[in-house]
Amino acid sequence: MLHLRVAEPMRECEYSQISTRSSTPMETPYKKRIPKRRKWQAFPGRNKFYCNGRIMMARQTGVFYLTLVLILVTSGLFFAFDCPFLSMQITPAIPVIGGVLFVFVLGTLFRTSFSDPGVLPRATPDEAADLERQIDVANGSSSGYRPPPRTREVVINGQTVKLKYCFTCKIFRPPRASHCSLCDNCVERFDHHCPWVGNCVGKRNYRFFYMFILSLSFLTIFIFAFVITHVILRSHRYGFLNTLKDSPASVLEVVVCFFSVWSIVGLSGFHTYLISSNQTTNEDIKGSWSSKRGKGNYNPYSYGNIFTNCCAALCGPLPPSLIDRRGFVQLDTPQPITPTNGITMYGSTQSQSHMAAATPLLQSEPVILTDEAFLPGRTSLGGPCSGALPLGGHPTPPTSTPNLSCDNDMLPLRNEQSDGLRHHHTDGGHHHFLTPEEAPSPPGMLPCGSPLGHSHTIQGFYNPASQDSLHEDSVRGLVKLSSV
Amino acid sequence: MTHSLQDMRQQAAIAAKVFIQRDYTNGTVCQFQTKFPSELETRIDKQQFEETVRTLNNLYAEAEKLGGSSYLEGCLACLTAYTIFLCMETHYEKVLKKIAKFIQEQNDKIYAPRGLLLTDPIERGLRVVEVTIFEDRSLGR
Repeated sequence: MLHLRVAEPMRECEYSQISTRSSTPMETPYKKRIPKRRKWQAFPGRNKFYCNGRIMMARQTGVFYLTLVLILVTSGLFFAFDCPFLSMQITPAIPVIGGVLFVFVLGTLFRTSFSDPGVLPRATPDEAADLERQIDVANGSSSGYRPPPRTREVVINGQTVKLKYCFTCKIFRPPRASHCSLCDNCVERFDHHCPWVGNCVGKRNYRFFYMFILSLSFLTIFIFAFVITHVILRSHRYGFLNTLKDSPASVLEVVVCFFSVWSIVGLSGFHTYLISSNQTTNEDIKGSWSSKRGKGNYNPYSYGNIFTNCCAALCGPLPPSLIDRRGFVQLDTPQPITPTNGITMYGSTQSQSHMAAATPLLQSEPVILTDEAFLPGRTSLGGPCSGALPLGGHPTPPTSTPNLSCDNDMLPLRNEQSDGLRHHHTDGGHHHFLTPEEAPSPPGMLPCGSPLGHSHTIQGFYNPASQDSLHEDSVRGLVKLSSV
Repeated sequence: MTHSLQDMRQQAAIAAKVFIQRDYTNGTVCQFQTKFPSELETRIDKQQFEETVRTLNNLYAEAEKLGGSSYLEGCLACLTAYTIFLCMETHYEKVLKKIAKFIQEQNDKIYAPRGLLLTDPIERGLRVVEVTIFEDRSLGR
């Protein structure tokens, strides 16, 4: 007994050295051993980061490089082969204007591709647990069997909008937000995932995307027109065949521009319509706000007139990024659970033992999860589940998409499809995640009018990582332990 | 007892956390529900709490306001190919700083003395206002 009493004051002296402003309990020596990591390194989504977190793109960037090459090569050829003739024969303003357009196109392209589209950070374990409790109370069911789809209804400007619960991010999605299965993130005001740009298009980069396609339309038309002019003028002087011999690049430029013009100009027109009516690509395709659905159906987000809608979309305030990718991972702040397949289970068992030792702060768990879950978890390990749909009767077949009540988050294709499939791969099928609303939909719908434009093809089904079930289990484990 | 040397934040264990969710009845603008959570009934005055949330809502509304100044900023940014934001911070960011200060102030003056702590919503992705309730053990109640 005496020993203990003597020991305690000594321990107290160690504690008192902690500064009053920080809220980290006893982990100071622990902290020193772990190097500071930036939040992008622990980011749970499927994004790629460059330049130490400054640049953020989707995982598949091949098509983006194609876009870049097409633009650079076509413009380069234009400046090299056509501009000298045109500037001499007509006016030197042509290369200047072309140059300005070119710079603007590249600028907006990079801005669209490299910025955060409006990713919603995943819920912290505390929040997720709180939501689960609320939902369980609301549904009156006990744990073990997952209740049917979790939705919340809210009335916005007179229209009833359903908010869906995202199983991956563990949040109720805000209106107009959607989960992109390619990037595995919930994105605010989700428009679509654009492979040409290598990123999702959402609230924060929609204006850049629009400016990009608009300026690219002008550039394409500009180049097309002036290359034709060049060829015609030259042919008058030197003959057609000689022209082709002197300037062979012109043919390539005409071909590229000809095919691009239709799709890009079409896309610009489509997005101009969307902006003026304040809709997303998603909503337009599903006809969420179309009057065909019902007499009283209108868009609750529209400001009423075209001018205000345009201004709001293009010149409104630019919201900041919510994911703070270059910030440092704070060991005392809760981090969302990273999708690390098998490692998550390991992490949670570790955390349980740590829990016993540490003070009952839920915040200490995610630290362990994050650290142990780093890196290997990012690539899917294939988990305990097989690739195919293991649950025979559960998934509703692709053709029966009961889509669509006024559920504005029910995406017709890319997003929920892979998401829904992934949800199938649970451990032994205990959690029936798939709901009729999350059933895979027929992949026949394209979000825009032009066939050549954005190909929102499903980029293959991603590895059926059993992330969600493991999330669920680890969250439940944490909840049980944290309910002190 | 053994932790008399420490600040309340270290010694007090967290009893519970309350999450004030977003209020979407006005669309996608950032607003939080002003409904007073029952867990806080014993700790703080209802009016006080609602006042805090209302002020927060007003601040966020100010950040997202569409008006002459925001349009001007948007157009100027577009003309400079958005490079202007390398040296200047956006209106939204300025208001976020104001909000951070406001929350700090509220915590220091009103919430900490009652054993509560507000977390800035931006740290939770603008999803919730997290109110941490600390146990009253250290205060002898």
